[in-house]
Amino acid sequence: MHDTVEARGAGVKAPAPPPSALRRFGRALAPLPWIGPAIILIAAVVLWPVVEMARTSLLRISSSGATIGTRGTGNYKDLFDETDLVSVLLRTVVWVVGVVLVTVVVSLALGQLLNARFPGRRIVRWAVVVPWAASVLMTALTWKWMLNNYYGVVNKILQGIGVIDHPVNWLSHPTQALMWMMWVAVFVSLPFTSFVILAGLQTIPQDVYEAARVDGAGQARTYFRITLPLLRPSLLVAAIINVINVFNSFPIIYAMTGGGPGSKTDTSTTFMYKLAFIGSGDVGESAAMAVVNFGLILILVLLYLRAVGWGREA
Amino acid sequence: MNQRSKAGRGGRPVQAGRGKRMILAAVGYLVAFIFVAPYLEMALTALKPDRELTKSPTTFLPKHWDFGNFVNVWKAAPIWSNMQVSLIVAGVSTLVALVVSLPAAYYTARNRFRGRGAFLLLVLVTQMFAPTALVIGVYREMVALNLTDTLLALILVNAAFNLPFCIWILHGYFASIPKELEEAAYLDGAGKVTALTRVTLPLSLPGLVTAVIYTFIGAWNEYVVALTITSSPNRQPLTVAIPGFVTSYQQHWQYLFATSLIAIIPVVILFIFIERYLIGGLTAGGVK
Repeated sequence: MHDTVEARGAGVKAPAPPPSALRRFGRALAPLPWIGPAIILIAAVVLWPVVEMARTSLLRISSSGATIGTRGTGNYKDLFDETDLVSVLLRTVVWVVGVVLVTVVVSLALGQLLNARFPGRRIVRWAVVVPWAASVLMTALTWKWMLNNYYGVVNKILQGIGVIDHPVNWLSHPTQALMWMMWVAVFVSLPFTSFVILAGLQTIPQDVYEAARVDGAGQARTYFRITLPLLRPSLLVAAIINVINVFNSFPIIYAMTGGGPGSKTDTSTTFMYKLAFIGSGDVGESAAMAVVNFGLILILVLLYLRAVGWGREA
Repeated sequence: MNQRSKAGRGGRPVQAGRGKRMILAAVGYLVAFIFVAPYLEMALTALKPDRELTKSPTTFLPKHWDFGNFVNVWKAAPIWSNMQVSLIVAGVSTLVALVVSLPAAYYTARNRFRGRGAFLLLVLVTQMFAPTALVIGVYREMVALNLTDTLLALILVNAAFNLPFCIWILHGYFASIPKELEEAAYLDGAGKVTALTRVTLPLSLPGLVTAVIYTFIGAWNEYVVALTITSSPNRQPLTVAIPGFVTSYQQHWQYLFATSLIAIIPVVILFIFIERYLIGGLTAGGVK
């Protein structure tokens, strides 16, 4: 009875009686059966490690992984006293900026190609997708093999076309190793990035181009004045997602050089892993490095939120 | 002919003549070759007998095509159990991620409620969190829960870290389907569940397929967490087991690549299958 009155009241927009506290509480809980499991899973497996990581960075952990006691900021002090830290951080910046920049520029051309009409475009798109689907670790391992000093095809090809006159042990020289690994990182980032740009290109309406043509704009002008500005949102998001992925890129360096010789090809991600699990193994100090890394990622996430316009639509 | 090519959907106006299209095709095939070449080298190496691997300078093609590598590799290492681990972890994580994300995505797309914005923000932010960055925390958590060296830990991690992406992309698809379509189904006498399974889900199939395959491939290729929290050889997925073919003690690149191909080929086929959904999915999910 009460229900029907309320329903009719709502129909004619009469002021509804204020809901009781109990009912309000019930309404607040209504979404829980739907979104509760997701919140629990994210909290327990994604957020807990964040807290645990921060806590661990303040603990003294034995090499077997047992907690011995608190340590205050001692782990951070150890970390900042690492002689390699500064060069590792600088290398991380070079790694991220270099890889993302090259990836985005090449992807702009690649996206255009994948969007153009030509016979066999489907097959080309399929081929470009392959490194995206294949495990990054396995892709890195095949590059490691191809770059092998004695048995690799890279040396054979480069010798064949006269670029080098004797085989080079690419991965044993820090600079050359870093260059090659950056190329592999670009190689595995291109599929995602060029597909984001392709998706962006397909949202640009055809009439805009027609209008530009009527106004007598040339191809280059059309591209820089129309296509590129309209691609901005896709580019921004692709760039930020790439920055985060490349920053977190572990298998390429770990598989190809192990960060070596020493720490000469480490980024802060592989450096963090090696602090904990290679050699004497200091999980506490590694957690301190992880917290520093995580802080950097949080800044990137904030940039991402701004790029997708969070807050403006809500 | 010209009319038809102008009517193409979106993108640059391509009124390419025959010659230009041929040049584009040539560039396209060259690009395709560059992208496939490392995997081609993988296959050619996997087909070389042991003695040809350590020949310097190397040859592009095997002199003797040793298809036996693909048979012997199963005996050389317990890769069958590694493959089972990879399959179970990827399959169950995908299932968990889907079962948890579907109701959350549907509810947030159809209802406005207190905390909706906060929930979507949580999803958007955690989407950016990678297991790699948090591996120390994940490791410490699994030690605390006594879950190290278990498949359950791998399943939880892969399901949870892919969950935000699934919710985000499904949310986008559900929100793009007009409520009126479901209401029309109610008028025809359909219940809430029928409307969902007969109207909404089929229309959001591209998003669903993308979410499923994304999660599956992500879990199938996951490396860092598995490397850190598994130690028994029979509980390691393929990604962790494969590098074991090339150590300081043995150099079986042909087995390493034979196993890699066995792991890569099915996934590439899956990915090619969703290639046409990918573009729509990338537009709907976050990338606007």
